[in-house]
Amino acid sequence: MLLEIVTPEKKMFSGEVDLIQLPGISGSFEILKNHAPIISTLDRGVIKIKTSDGQEVLFEVDGGVVECKKNIVTVLAD
Amino acid sequence: MANLKEIRTRISSVEKTKQVTAAMKMVSAAKLKKAQDAIVQIRPYADKLQEILGNLSGSLSDSEDNIYGAERKADKVLLVAITSNKGLCGAFNSNVLKRVNELSRDVYSKQKAEGNFKVLAIGKQGFKDISKVHQVIVHHNELFDDMNFENTSSIASSIMEEYVAGKYDRVELVYNRFKNAGVQILTNEQFLPIVTNDSDADTAQSDYIFEPGKEAIIGELIPKSLKTQFFGAMLDSVASEHGARMTSMHKATDNASDLIQEMKLHYNQARQAAITNEILEIVSGANALSQ
Repeated sequence: MLLEIVTPEKKMFSGEVDLIQLPGISGSFEILKNHAPIISTLDRGVIKIKTSDGQEVLFEVDGGVVECKKNIVTVLAD
Repeated sequence: MANLKEIRTRISSVEKTKQVTAAMKMVSAAKLKKAQDAIVQIRPYADKLQEILGNLSGSLSDSEDNIYGAERKADKVLLVAITSNKGLCGAFNSNVLKRVNELSRDVYSKQKAEGNFKVLAIGKQGFKDISKVHQVIVHHNELFDDMNFENTSSIASSIMEEYVAGKYDRVELVYNRFKNAGVQILTNEQFLPIVTNDSDADTAQSDYIFEPGKEAIIGELIPKSLKTQFFGAMLDSVASEHGARMTSMHKATDNASDLIQEMKLHYNQARQAAITNEILEIVSGANALSQ
């Protein structure tokens, strides 16, 4: 599953991941492979990613939007 | 013909000017590179945002309830004129001023006559000239000291608030759009109300789950896309400024080189004439002695 995290000023992350945990506005949720298409706004919090080679990466966001479609996840963070 | 010493001092002064303009050109080239990178960086974000918004509005029935989209009678107009803080960049700033004047004369003459034509100036150079002719409500010259998404967003949101409050019915941006280092395209684009482009052909291609709900997401995304548009305009203007300065400094350097060459020619002619005169004097002196 391909993940991209972009902010207006730069691209924060781009790569293959197994799991993404996001601070959704109505509660934290996770996206795994073959997730149904979703668009959700994000709250202030931490995005946790597990990359394909098993590493855990954390990003702090002030809010944003996530779009997931056909195993391509895009996070527009602030 | 000017004497030797005069020409020599002029040559050295032009040479110094040439050094300065050449250095400024180099500085602008470096800054241009940075500004261009920033434009490239924001593009994926802006594109994606547009795409999501397109998806949403496509599956949403007429979103006329949206506070930023409703077309109102343009009684009160605000122009946002984006110029630069520093000069020496050719027609960069005067072009913006010219466009503001054109708009006030041709499109918004009625509003201007009624005193409802206002300008928000960004950049000292534009502010200086525009404030002589138009009513400038506020200027943000400090923005260039530390330009980032946050600072530009705060300006954009204050404009949006005033629009929602009914202080303005239409907001337009006037700025130089960056094409390449040599070409800037003077643009005026409508900022508010939002221009919706229904050109997206592939609407509603997938059934999204919306968290927390379509309206809430649209309510959050539209201000975001406006801020991005504003930030994009600022970035374009900054890159254009450096491009314009680079071009004009390049021209100045070339001109200085031409001038130096011409003056060197004069200098050598004068020197030759002086030597010839001296030889003539010596020869005629020697001739007089031998007679």
